[in-house]
Amino acid sequence: MNIKENIKTLIIKKPLKLDCGKTINNYPLAYETYGSLNKNKDNAILVFHALTGDQFVTGINPITKKDGWWSYAVGPNKSIDTNKYFVICANVIGGCMGSYGPSHKNPDTNKIYGTDFPIITINDMVNAQVNLLDHFKIKKLFSVVGGSMGGMQVLQFISNYPDKASTVVPIACTSNHSAQNIAFNELGRQAIASDHNWSDGKYLSNNTLPDKGLSVARMAAHITYLSKKGLQEKFGRKLQERDALKFGFDADFQIESYLRYQGSVFVDRFDANSYLYITRAMDYFDLVKQFDGNLSNAFKKTKAKFFVISFTSDWLYPTQENKDIVIALNAIGADVGFVEIKSDKGHDSFLLDVPDFLKTLKNFLNKSYSER
Amino acid sequence: MKTEYKIIVDLIEEKTRVLDVGCDDGTLMDSLKRNKNVDARGIEISKDKVQTCVSKGLTVIEGNAELDLKQFPNDSFDYVVLGQTLQAFVNPEIVIKELLRVGKKAIITIPNFGHWKVRLNLLIKGTMPITESLPNDWYNTPNIHMCTIKDFVKFSKIINFKIFKSLALTNKNISNINNSNLFYKNLFAELGIFLIEK
Repeated sequence: MNIKENIKTLIIKKPLKLDCGKTINNYPLAYETYGSLNKNKDNAILVFHALTGDQFVTGINPITKKDGWWSYAVGPNKSIDTNKYFVICANVIGGCMGSYGPSHKNPDTNKIYGTDFPIITINDMVNAQVNLLDHFKIKKLFSVVGGSMGGMQVLQFISNYPDKASTVVPIACTSNHSAQNIAFNELGRQAIASDHNWSDGKYLSNNTLPDKGLSVARMAAHITYLSKKGLQEKFGRKLQERDALKFGFDADFQIESYLRYQGSVFVDRFDANSYLYITRAMDYFDLVKQFDGNLSNAFKKTKAKFFVISFTSDWLYPTQENKDIVIALNAIGADVGFVEIKSDKGHDSFLLDVPDFLKTLKNFLNKSYSER
Repeated sequence: MKTEYKIIVDLIEEKTRVLDVGCDDGTLMDSLKRNKNVDARGIEISKDKVQTCVSKGLTVIEGNAELDLKQFPNDSFDYVVLGQTLQAFVNPEIVIKELLRVGKKAIITIPNFGHWKVRLNLLIKGTMPITESLPNDWYNTPNIHMCTIKDFVKFSKIINFKIFKSLALTNKNISNINNSNLFYKNLFAELGIFLIEK
């Protein structure tokens, strides 16, 4: 990928022992920052991205030339106000926007890793990103914020580093992946693996790309990010640039055309092997099991203030799974607020223009910041 | 601020942990935080009101008292406040027991169905009473278990909890309720405020 010049990269020298048992060192972590760090270094927010996100949270993404994935929520005077806060976001390890991942070369063999790259977990991701705090000499973040897989990283982060954030905002996430979520991720992985071009993950060396498989994976996943009602209202049975059915397998319906489009633009910006690695990390995430069946123990050491947000139409990470986090926190008397935001936009609500959500997030952060 | 809230604030000791069940827009919690340096938490069923509370910097969870009190461990609060909602629950007995499990003390306020205006309303009009504190019609009221101050006192003996302090609110005036004036307070008080213990 010829994208290097727009990407800030930190080379992490400190060895990181991964959950799979392997150790990595001298690995790149790509990141971006917005706003400026104040004198006391107490206005920093670490934002964690979701499955297909990257470090380019807001503004124009220099690689895709499109709006950053959280442009609605992050920016000057927005929910996460970059006039006020110093926002840091890193590409997860295993990803494909500059951080160490399967499209990098294995220093031992000088060949592209592909599926020889070690399996990464959510725990590994946050343990890599905590190095950014040392880099910026930040003792304690004002907040850790993220939705979906970003929310899982938020939970893992505060569990691993209980003193390193004052406020904690997990959004539309879970403390462990449900069977349904694992099933959808497996569908995506199998779509990629069954593309002939995937070649057991060695496609970059072969100069081919498993576009079809990755695109189908994205199409299937995209459905899970929306809601039935949202889809029905937006598309219904509307036909795509035609007056009648064509009696064939072309995209007759607008929803088909929309999904095909989503699949096709995704392959331009995402690496198929990274998709395998990151979905695997999500599936392996089980904070309950990490603490021997008692989620409360994950948060016992922290005095941070939590605010959990879910969405009514999110069936991928439904309210109950978010509420389980709230229950675990209340069980130990932690400072936790919770709201379920009404929205028809499904799991994607946290990424979209959902005014109640954006307002609530803004109020929580700004009030907590002024009372800190 | 409502006189009811002022009384509750007076009843609560400084620097305690308080759970406000059905905390509405957070007015009481806010006052407790400011005046009594209280660690206040709230449960509220309305999304809009939760969002209002968040905008005031209050720690509130969206939830339903009948389902969500369960998640709090025994004695996790010094006080649990239940303002004018006991009559809206399917099972007030379970709710009171839960309040007293979660809190060392509970403060419960009830709109008094024994108030003379309520009695007169039913007697003269022959229809379900509608007053300032009970503004709904019978078919759309959330109140399914109305009671009088006398009923509540009786209830304390039936399900066995101690009434530590009972106050009557009449025309913004506060007075103590005791055995000798119960008849009058039950007739003239709009609101009963009770500090109870296990």
